[in-house]
Amino acid sequence: MAESGIGASVPRTEDQRFLTGSGDYTDDTTFPHQTHAAFVRSTHPHASFTLDTTAAASAPGVVTVLTGADLAADEIGTLICGWQVTGKDGEPHKAPPHPVLAVDTVRHVGDAIAIVVAESARAARDAAEQVEVSYAPLPAVVSMRDALADGAPQIHSDAPGNLCYDWEIGDRAATDDAFARAHHVARLDLVNNRLIPNAMEPRSAIGDFNPASGDYTLRLTSQNPHIHRLVLAAFIQIAPEHKLHVIAPDVGGGFGSKIFIYQEETAVLWAAGKIGRPVKWTADRSESFVADAHGRDHESHVELALDADGRFLGLKVSTLANMGAYLSTFASCVPSYLYGTLLQGQYTTEAIYCEVKAVFTNTTPVDALRGAGRPEATYVVERIVDQAAREMGIDAAELRRRNFIPADAFPYPTKVALEYDSGNYRLALDRALEIADYGDFAARREASSARGRLRGIGLSAYIEACGIAPSQVVGSLGAGVGLWESGGIRFNPTGNVLVYTGSHSHGQGHETTFAQLVSDYLGVPFESVEVVHGDTEKTPFGMGTYGSRSLAVGGSALVKAMDKIIAKGRKIAAFTLEASEEDIEFSGGDFAVAGTDRSMNIAEVAFSAYVPHNYPLDELEPGLEETGFYDPANFTFPAGTHVCEVEVDPETGTTEIVNWVAVDDFGNVVNPMIVEGQVHGGVAHGVGQALLEGCAYDADGQLLTGSFMDYTMPRADDLPDMTVETTCTPCPHNPLGVKGCGEAGAIAAPAAVMNAITDALGTNAIDMPATPQAVWRALSE
Amino acid sequence: MPVNVSMNVNGRAISEEVEDRTLLVELLRETLRLTGTHVGCDTSQCGACVVHVDGRSVKACTMLATQAHGADVVTIEGLAEGGKLHPMQEAFRDNHGLQCGFCTPGMVMSALDLVARNPDPTGPEVREWLEGNLCRCTGYHNIVKSILAGASTMRGGS
Ligand code: FES
Ligand code: FES
Repeated sequence: MAESGIGASVPRTEDQRFLTGSGDYTDDTTFPHQTHAAFVRSTHPHASFTLDTTAAASAPGVVTVLTGADLAADEIGTLICGWQVTGKDGEPHKAPPHPVLAVDTVRHVGDAIAIVVAESARAARDAAEQVEVSYAPLPAVVSMRDALADGAPQIHSDAPGNLCYDWEIGDRAATDDAFARAHHVARLDLVNNRLIPNAMEPRSAIGDFNPASGDYTLRLTSQNPHIHRLVLAAFIQIAPEHKLHVIAPDVGGGFGSKIFIYQEETAVLWAAGKIGRPVKWTADRSESFVADAHGRDHESHVELALDADGRFLGLKVSTLANMGAYLSTFASCVPSYLYGTLLQGQYTTEAIYCEVKAVFTNTTPVDALRGAGRPEATYVVERIVDQAAREMGIDAAELRRRNFIPADAFPYPTKVALEYDSGNYRLALDRALEIADYGDFAARREASSARGRLRGIGLSAYIEACGIAPSQVVGSLGAGVGLWESGGIRFNPTGNVLVYTGSHSHGQGHETTFAQLVSDYLGVPFESVEVVHGDTEKTPFGMGTYGSRSLAVGGSALVKAMDKIIAKGRKIAAFTLEASEEDIEFSGGDFAVAGTDRSMNIAEVAFSAYVPHNYPLDELEPGLEETGFYDPANFTFPAGTHVCEVEVDPETGTTEIVNWVAVDDFGNVVNPMIVEGQVHGGVAHGVGQALLEGCAYDADGQLLTGSFMDYTMPRADDLPDMTVETTCTPCPHNPLGVKGCGEAGAIAAPAAVMNAITDALGTNAIDMPATPQAVWRALSE
Repeated sequence: MPVNVSMNVNGRAISEEVEDRTLLVELLRETLRLTGTHVGCDTSQCGACVVHVDGRSVKACTMLATQAHGADVVTIEGLAEGGKLHPMQEAFRDNHGLQCGFCTPGMVMSALDLVARNPDPTGPEVREWLEGNLCRCTGYHNIVKSILAGASTMRGGS
């Protein structure tokens, strides 16, 4: 292993600019003649309204005030949902129009009504206050049960009963049959609390329009600039695709929330076209709270049927999933195909049935958030497994071992439409228990108890489907686009390399990891490799970064491009060295004639490719540049076991996490340091969900947790030091053998924490977030 | 109402006319184009905006520019000398103490104030000190590790 090659913890290239304050985030840019936008937002969860913009339009510094009526006049489309889910009745989901600026009706607090463009951000904000909105409040529904009740207020005329879809997966009859044979049935009602994503960089966008060329430019906080361009061009129709240049520069975290095509970025781009000047908008954190798509928000009833030995016969899950007021970009697939399909967990459960009702409410739209559906699935499975273990008096680890899919059973077809490709679940569990000193837990519990504390230990043996996605599979499930990825390799004449990827880094470190991969595979120095991403004019069309897909899909696309580079290099070397192509061997950056000492380094090959005097042009073209596209045959299936140990103070209800162990199987690992960092961050997100973060609306639909003062983010002293290890069963179907690591922690952690807390408390009567108040109440009841 | 503010920023004397309600962070980012100092919230909670004013860490979103009149201000841009990273910056890189980098300038500036007050902090002391700095990416594990390593180097340790 080279110092910078695959498997080395290379310090990150991008850190130099981030550490010196020279990063290039969207809001850091200021264009000449730039204007600033502020949005007028609904203060009501549901209301019809009329607008008077006269005073605002003549306020100091105001350039223009634009509304939904102006959008309609320009024939600008509405926002779309890119994944069509088909319900039990064979009908497509309901996707009511989601206007870029609300027209006559607002449906959640924060719904954008008008955009005010002014010479300064302050002038825009001051003027936004002067837009007069006369609301006629309509009855609002906040809870999913209320929304589904007979006679509930209707949020959209074309979504009767506020139902987006009623969907199912699995085999109902077989599952009923399994329950009929059960020796024991464990039951739980679970709430998967609504989260607010809160990437630390608020969303931001600068639209620009060049009247001379007709070209639009949008610089924004995006995880997938090409998807933004496609949707803004093809569906919302602001500009044709070749006239729209989208740039996602440095992006300060995404976690899913910067995938989507939102009201604000769209309005900013359109407004720039209308005034022929750059328009910039950067969200206040308060705006992020009401306008960034939220995550999770499920209510589930789950039942697990077991035989006398504790073998899982059947799993039945019934879930309500909140969509919020409109169907966001990928919202529909999250509680269906990214959720129901993962209910097999790591187990051989013989029959599974799951039904999901997706529900509209007068709340901020809900969409994918770190893990997206898979944390919800793992939460359901791992909570009910622990519950069954307790009820049957079987050790929680032992019950899992009895039911694991054995390591020799792969590929393993699940009962819920997937085929797991590889794994060794027992290995990860046993290693995690060893590090966590599971065997000695009883003694630690006693020591805690002597100090008046309640100690608990919780396991979470999670699974996820990553490397999203095999286009054929997702297409058959309703995805509007295939989810392949692109990669380009361009050698310059002097032998250094530009790497173009359609994926996007917003903290994951692609500039380092991808450079390691290319340097290792092509035998060029790490320092000579530059990774280019996030710009639709520079990189080939690509699908972006989410679902832990960048290395598994984007990295594999680079391998395809590099294989083409090597094939061409072989031709060039054969021609130059006067040998036959078949005799050229490539290794460590050198093309050598087999059995001789004649060879050319790839840098020499590149030079020759750009300065050819005598190439036989019919057979050999100049240049050394190739593009590859990779579409995986299957998802990847990272899995592992996390162990959480807690100590609860019964006097105050405070929970302290005293130990965290993560053993994950991500397949092959390119940069272990970066992978560990991804696990730490994911775990923090999951611990946040379990202990601290809970989005709350009051009964009238006002967001109660609308700032960092009210919404508890995990802070340094809420989290423990973590022990992170990996096991490895390489992914068998991508050339790198990698599986993806970005979401694992967020998927594993909530169940681990809650299993530890319920173990400590000896009661199940507690939901996330297990705040001190919730714990204290659970103990007092 | 426009007012004049003068101060030293990263060792350079500046004097600007600004609107009286201008925040220090707005002066830094918008007027002086020192965009390394970030804004992550509107309630003084996240710490992305931390700079040093007369040697103390301050949330630049919570202070008017006029309040820093006459002060010595150091931002993240003022740490590296002649292209060489400050040992605390170095420690963040070596220990993967950053991912998206958005919280990082505030984290580094805050860490330096901690080390100035407590040159040899423990892990729990670092965690407690970071109460005012939010990070969504790293889970803090490697930030704590970085600060401990940076403090050690600054003490002249290895
Ligand atoms: S910007 Fe969040 S504390 Fe200053
Ligand atoms: S590194 Fe992204 S918020 Fe801290």
